Amino acid sequence: MSTLHTVNKSPFERNTLQSCVGHLTAGDALLMIEDGVLGAREGSSAAASVKAALVSGSVYALAPDLAARGIKPEQLIDGVKAVDYGGFVDLVTQHARTVAWL
Amino acid sequence: MAAKKKFLYLNRKAPYGTIYALESLEVVLIGAAFEQDVSLAFIDDGVFQLMAGQDTAGAGMKNFSRTYKALGDYDVRKFYVERESLAERGLTVEDLMPITYEDENEDYAEKPSIHLVGRAEMTAIIAQQDVVLSF
Repeated sequence: MSTLHTVNKSPFERNTLQSCVGHLTAGDALLMIEDGVLGAREGSSAAASVKAALVSGSVYALAPDLAARGIKPEQLIDGVKAVDYGGFVDLVTQHARTVAWL
Repeated sequence: MAAKKKFLYLNRKAPYGTIYALESLEVVLIGAAFEQDVSLAFIDDGVFQLMAGQDTAGAGMKNFSRTYKALGDYDVRKFYVERESLAERGLTVEDLMPITYEDENEDYAEKPSIHLVGRAEMTAIIAQQDVVLSF
């Protein structure tokens, strides 16, 4: 069964997102939280990693963390879905395990 | 008794610069008491935790590198080290501490605990776990 991966670091400061995406299995979900959501905007150097994750599975970003950082829904990379805290919990329950990439 | 679960400790930080590596080791030792199926993964800078010849005297910090060698006595015998992470850092397995365990089923023969795995194999190992604890 599939895995939920969370990324909480900026892709411009750490290789966390890149490393996570390198360890995805087909059907896995990626959820960007905290500074991890900085990778969710279209047009940055991190977009290629996010798009690679979209090929193998689904990608989410935590809406309150996006809002706090001024990232608007229309600025998200196509296919990235914003979820609230309840959606975060749903993702945890829908996957066999959660891997936190710190 | 509840069935054994597969626990993976995912280590991605170098030792000494942050507390993550030492904390991971502490949790592994505590977890060992619960007789679960434990594996350790070393990815990215986590591979530096296993470097041979660590000497912290000058830095004034506790050298915890020898603890990895003792983990075999606690049935922690699966150290998965990612080949790509080593290569990116100009390292080979020769740069790492030899870590072994004694196999009680084979007259206590010393066997290597470290297994070099590629990124794809590491991905598969993660996907087999019940619980993944990240440090």
